[in-house]
Amino acid sequence: MSHYQPLGRRVVTLPFVFLGVIALIGLYFLAERFINGMGAVTNLNGGFPWGIWVVYDIVVGTALACGGYALAVTVYVFNKGKYHPLIRPALLASLLGYGLGGVGAIIDMGRWWQFYNLFLPWQMNFNSVMLEVGLCVSAYIVVLMIEFLPTVLEKFKAEALLKKLNKVLFVVIALGVLLPTMHQSSLGTMLIAMGWKVHPLWQTLHLQPLLAVLTAFTMGFSIVVFEGSLSSVGFRRKPETHLLSGLGRIIVGLIATYLVIRFGEILVRGKLGLVFAGDLASLMFLIETALFVYPLVVLMSPRGRGNARSLLFAAVSMLLAGTLYRFNAFLITLDPGPGYSYFPALPEIMVTVGLVAIEIMVFLFVVKTFPVMPREDHAAAPNA
Amino acid sequence: MNRRDFLRASLGSAAAALTSSGASARPNLTPAPEAIGMLFDSTLCVGCKACVSACKAVNGLPPTLLGDDVQYDSARDLSHETYNVIKVYTNGKPVAKDSETDGFAFEKRSCMHCVDPGCVSVCPVTALVRHPLTGIVTYDKDACIGCRTCMTGCPYNVPQFDYDNPWGMLHKCQMCNQKGVERIDKGGMTGCAEACPTGATLFGSRTALLEEAKRRMQLRPGEIYNYPRGDVRQPSSHHEKAVPHYQHHVWGEKEAGGTNVMHISSIPFDKLGMPPLGERSHVSISEGVQHTLYSYMALPAVVLGGLTWLVKRNTDDEGDDV
Repeated sequence: MSHYQPLGRRVVTLPFVFLGVIALIGLYFLAERFINGMGAVTNLNGGFPWGIWVVYDIVVGTALACGGYALAVTVYVFNKGKYHPLIRPALLASLLGYGLGGVGAIIDMGRWWQFYNLFLPWQMNFNSVMLEVGLCVSAYIVVLMIEFLPTVLEKFKAEALLKKLNKVLFVVIALGVLLPTMHQSSLGTMLIAMGWKVHPLWQTLHLQPLLAVLTAFTMGFSIVVFEGSLSSVGFRRKPETHLLSGLGRIIVGLIATYLVIRFGEILVRGKLGLVFAGDLASLMFLIETALFVYPLVVLMSPRGRGNARSLLFAAVSMLLAGTLYRFNAFLITLDPGPGYSYFPALPEIMVTVGLVAIEIMVFLFVVKTFPVMPREDHAAAPNA
Repeated sequence: MNRRDFLRASLGSAAAALTSSGASARPNLTPAPEAIGMLFDSTLCVGCKACVSACKAVNGLPPTLLGDDVQYDSARDLSHETYNVIKVYTNGKPVAKDSETDGFAFEKRSCMHCVDPGCVSVCPVTALVRHPLTGIVTYDKDACIGCRTCMTGCPYNVPQFDYDNPWGMLHKCQMCNQKGVERIDKGGMTGCAEACPTGATLFGSRTALLEEAKRRMQLRPGEIYNYPRGDVRQPSSHHEKAVPHYQHHVWGEKEAGGTNVMHISSIPFDKLGMPPLGERSHVSISEGVQHTLYSYMALPAVVLGGLTWLVKRNTDDEGDDV
């Protein structure tokens, strides 16, 4: 018998309808983007070619979608089988998050009808970090689909097929660990080529890929804790605190590593003065750092880890920290020179919000109708 | 080797590779063997903008108008309809030309045709190409997917996207040598250099232009010099003018690997809005990191092999499915 079950609740609820309305507003502006061009809905300009569609939908969105990646490493590489019950909701969230990234990439592509050039070997530029990101994210979306396939096959009772798939799934899982490591680090490498426009506090050159993959990994664990806590509250299920607190310990190690490298770089390159410069960048850096330090402090104590509420707050803080780290580097403190500024237009924001609404709607629909959530008896047992 | 050792070894090498220092980073690219370029001498520019309108005529671009003023092209900066623009620097009471204080000066903005171009390095689909002989950086709209990574990778914010057109494309100076124009291939020169009445924009080989720039810096201020117009190698005409106080700095000789379009001026370049660049090009660093991690896909292949082995082992342990 499967360890997972559909929640079997009503799909169309008041929040679901509310999300639907937001989604429709987003889709309206999305249509306008394709009819009248990106200028009609965005505030993009010559100095800020990337706005929130790239920085939120792709750079932050895929990092928030690293739950499947982080858990796959824990369960299959470090052989911590007890976290297995968490993996399906994490995979679903990853699939949807990366789906959002893929959709975001297409709607942000100025010449989207030629997107296939990315896949033509004779067009590829192997010096380009963007090529690596594009190919790798595309491949990972396919991998996530396959990783999620057992849930679908189980739902439709295609047992023969499920058995066959399970025999080869280990290769796909391995790819599902490798690919995010590759493109999440590349998202950092991309900042190197942006050179002087990136504020010195975020321009760490060779360290960019390591910092990017570390924060993505930490955000992955945090989103699992966040979703786990939230679904136990939202769906009134027994909390999985005993599992989540274990993840909290991993998060502590990751944040500590990150902070040592981050501050080490700042000290070695003599940039400490910029931290206390009193300008926007220094303020943003301090807020970002506080958001990293808070979960570190809370989760360091067994009491903090064992409490569902403080776990949730720590996870939210970490998610905001990783999100702000990316926003700061790519947008907020980015300075392409005099004459250029950027703040997203309302329609531009609504497109992103609408897409996220769709993402949440699909998540709710799937967990209610497909065997995604761990059985409650399973989750409650301390050493399952 | 047990699992713990494998993990330790692979994590260590992955971290080392991710922070890949110097070892395999490539040096800056060097100038193309027959690099073609331009020299802009700010002290010669009178701000007539003949180059702006010549550029638009050659490239088939509309004038940029502000209000009812149709006498002049009013482009303020580079855009999808302006590949070349003259900007003005002013300080205090702008009375003296080429004076840093209480003065004014003109500065040209157009593609610098970098020796180690950021746009070319970061473009995923090879839509931007540095010509192997002339070093001219051209754009192919049929390859471009519109991701605008080139705009992020350009230190000068040169490539411009036409956001108001649903079928828009990228726009930049291609040294009048794009398909259908090909003025350089036909033995001609760029539209802006040809139109310039004072020789402020001078056309020629990078080597000859660099020589000319350095010659001017050796001259004594106040001395009369015979300034060439058009192509520095075979000037269409000359005019005599007193030598100004040049900054001893050829912008583009070394900045981020150098550029084929170089500038000289009597005002420091940071005042004229040039970016804070060192000698190392940033894309030489990012390519170094990229190629350390993905050289022949060897590292990913090894890691994938190890991961597959581990996952197989651990799924067998579990006898479990996803």
